[in-house]
Amino acid sequence: MSAVIDTDGRVAGAHDHDHHHAPTGWRRWVFATNHKDIGTLYLLFAFAMLMVGGVLALLIRAELFQPGLQIVNPELFNQLTTMHGLIMVFGAIMPAFVGFANWMVPLQIGAPDMAFARMNNFSFWLMIPAAVMLVLSFFMPGGAPATGWTMYAPLTMQMGPSMDAGIFAMHILGASSIMGSINIVVTILNMRAPGMTLMKMPMFVWTWLITAYLLIAVMPVLAGAITMTLTDRHFGTTFFNPAGGGDPVMFQHIFWFFGHPEVYIMILPAFGIISQVVPAFSRKKLFGYSSMVYATASIAILSFIVWAHHMYTTGMPVTGQLFFMYATMLISVPTGVKVFNWVATMWKGAMTFETPMLFAVGFIFVFTMGGFTGLILSMAPIDIQLQDGYYVVAHFHYVLVAGSLFAMFSGFYYWAPKWTGVMYNEARGKLHFWWTMISFNVTFFPMHFLGLAGMPRRYADYPMQLADFNALASVGAFAFGLAQVYFFFMIVLPCLRGHGEKAAQRPWEAAEGLEWEVPSPAPFHTYETAPKLNADATRVVG
Amino acid sequence: MFNTLDKKLAAVAVSMLTFSSGIAHAVNDLPGGPAVHQLNLQAAATKIAEEQHFLHWMMMGICLAIFVAVFGVMFYSIFRHRKSLGHQPATFHESVKVELIWTVVPFIIVILMAVPATKMVVAQKDTSAADLTIKATGYQWRWGYEYLSGEGNGINFVSSLDLEHRQISNDGAKGVAIDDYLLKVDNPLVVPVGKKVRIITTAADVIHAFAVPAFGIKQDAIPGFVRDTWFKAERTGDFYGQCQELCGKEHAYMPIHVKVLSQDDYSAWVKSQQEPKAAAVEKPLELAQSAN
Repeated sequence: MSAVIDTDGRVAGAHDHDHHHAPTGWRRWVFATNHKDIGTLYLLFAFAMLMVGGVLALLIRAELFQPGLQIVNPELFNQLTTMHGLIMVFGAIMPAFVGFANWMVPLQIGAPDMAFARMNNFSFWLMIPAAVMLVLSFFMPGGAPATGWTMYAPLTMQMGPSMDAGIFAMHILGASSIMGSINIVVTILNMRAPGMTLMKMPMFVWTWLITAYLLIAVMPVLAGAITMTLTDRHFGTTFFNPAGGGDPVMFQHIFWFFGHPEVYIMILPAFGIISQVVPAFSRKKLFGYSSMVYATASIAILSFIVWAHHMYTTGMPVTGQLFFMYATMLISVPTGVKVFNWVATMWKGAMTFETPMLFAVGFIFVFTMGGFTGLILSMAPIDIQLQDGYYVVAHFHYVLVAGSLFAMFSGFYYWAPKWTGVMYNEARGKLHFWWTMISFNVTFFPMHFLGLAGMPRRYADYPMQLADFNALASVGAFAFGLAQVYFFFMIVLPCLRGHGEKAAQRPWEAAEGLEWEVPSPAPFHTYETAPKLNADATRVVG
Repeated sequence: MFNTLDKKLAAVAVSMLTFSSGIAHAVNDLPGGPAVHQLNLQAAATKIAEEQHFLHWMMMGICLAIFVAVFGVMFYSIFRHRKSLGHQPATFHESVKVELIWTVVPFIIVILMAVPATKMVVAQKDTSAADLTIKATGYQWRWGYEYLSGEGNGINFVSSLDLEHRQISNDGAKGVAIDDYLLKVDNPLVVPVGKKVRIITTAADVIHAFAVPAFGIKQDAIPGFVRDTWFKAERTGDFYGQCQELCGKEHAYMPIHVKVLSQDDYSAWVKSQQEPKAAAVEKPLELAQSAN
């Protein structure tokens, strides 16, 4: 097959014009409708947001390095914690996964692009003004919102105009997510190559299909909560103001009805990536494909009925606490099934440990630890001690950073040869892995102890007995941040510039999937006509 | 703002590099509060807190067992089932039997975990038949306590963080080592030992949360609403907690100090609180009578 522009056996001469007018320059990016370009845009944007959110985190950790206030005052500290959360969740993790979806879903299902290519462009570019608004909110009168990313009422009533800017930004980001999700659902349901039934789709596609449904279901709920906050602030409503007959706890119910599925939105695509990487590097098919699909679906469905485990201390009746406790504990069952299936995939495989596999195995190890602390937190009697403390902070950083972010690193190293056409530097990749893994644990493991000792969250200063673990966490945090700067300059940039060994079409010998049936780098247009697939839907035949 | 920020950041970076700072705050464990290098929950002063310790150890034990089992298998596999050792990949990729086992067994384990947890939830929520009822109101940024029923009924006061501590915080806490840093208040909440105390929580402005780890209690204080929790201290002493719901800029500066006294000491304290009140009532009455 020619490695030039097209890859599939399409009819000669048909629909030729696109290739002679492939966009160039700034128009290529501003008017991008190509799923690969949009994927790249999302990934670069997400990485930039990761750095911004990371700087905020380092400011927090610098302040918390010692007892006493050294760098910031408490108002600014609360702004830092709020914006760190909002930027990381809505600016880094979610767009990064959308970037992976854009790049990989059409390739993996043998489709030429996403169903709605122009809406795809809009989804991406909407995020830029929203992110600018969020970041610039620090410079508005009164500073950035300082309510925590959870924006509880009635504290939100006391915030300055940046709260409204933040609400506006979240609306825009929500709209972007909803449009992106519609695109993903329609693409997956309608544009799979013939022969690729649902139960033959790659796991990454399955997890994104389910995630997209979750997003469509819950982003409007967040929109409702923040709109009610906006009207309470400015238009005389009292949804959350008891003096007017409203209920502050209702905000929490509405927020967490969104918020809990949101955290599964942030982890399911990660599960999908791991389910691609582990079989490839074990040289063995994923164990229990159907259970993996059903487990993912169960996790998604269960995620709708557990939200009040974030609210155990609000004073809900016994029955409520018990129900939410049982439902939350239940989620550990399908999640456990997934972990067991990954280990069973590795078992009796023939493993090699290139960087994607290092991050995948690292993910399984550290994410599971986060899962255990989640199970402990789900026990209402224990949560009474730990709610709103550093144990919770440790838990969610284990599942979001060691979970989602590590899975993304794994996916990057796995798919970057396909995206860029060059192999990343393996020695540097390994260094990035170990540096990240060790500094991550140095940063967040001590936080479990701080939480057990009673240190509350969102505290600018703390009792002096807690100084040493705080200092340790701060040192780890700086090391962790530096590792990601190294990643960008020493691994990502060289790849983007084409510096590296030329990548084979299938750089990982046992990797399966239609993305490996096209050249590296993937041509601008792929699968313009539907490929004929083998029985497994993993290879192009004929 | 950012210029001084840069300078301060540099200062912190330098001190981090020289590693000199951690040792400056050589404090002792605080009984009833956090200990230095504390690894577990605070020492229990109530039966509920003891049960929380037990439940936590139980969960840790089960999680550790699962951790060892799963990662034992995984790391064994990592070391043995490698291509570099010449291991050939097997081809199995499903087994309904195995999948059923590792769905059903965890399900059963989860049910077993839920049993003691259920008992505890019910016990923690049972605020009936209290000997003493105290309302704790969260303000920005202090606590107000009102004794509503039982011995001490009618006492009320506001409890704020020691002003010196707040100033020390602003000054960067350089070279100080204070055992009850950020936990010391002007007027602690005083309760008798061995009596069931019901704490009713509410707030005047935003949501706060009343928490005392040694007692194993935490309850959000919500404006416009009334919630409750309870504790029964098994020993005398001083016990500390902090506000645990973000409530604005001084969220870290509204601690809770509960002083548990013996019954006799408590009665004496109650008397001392009520006497100035009685005097305050009588004086205007005298004045009013003498004016006639």
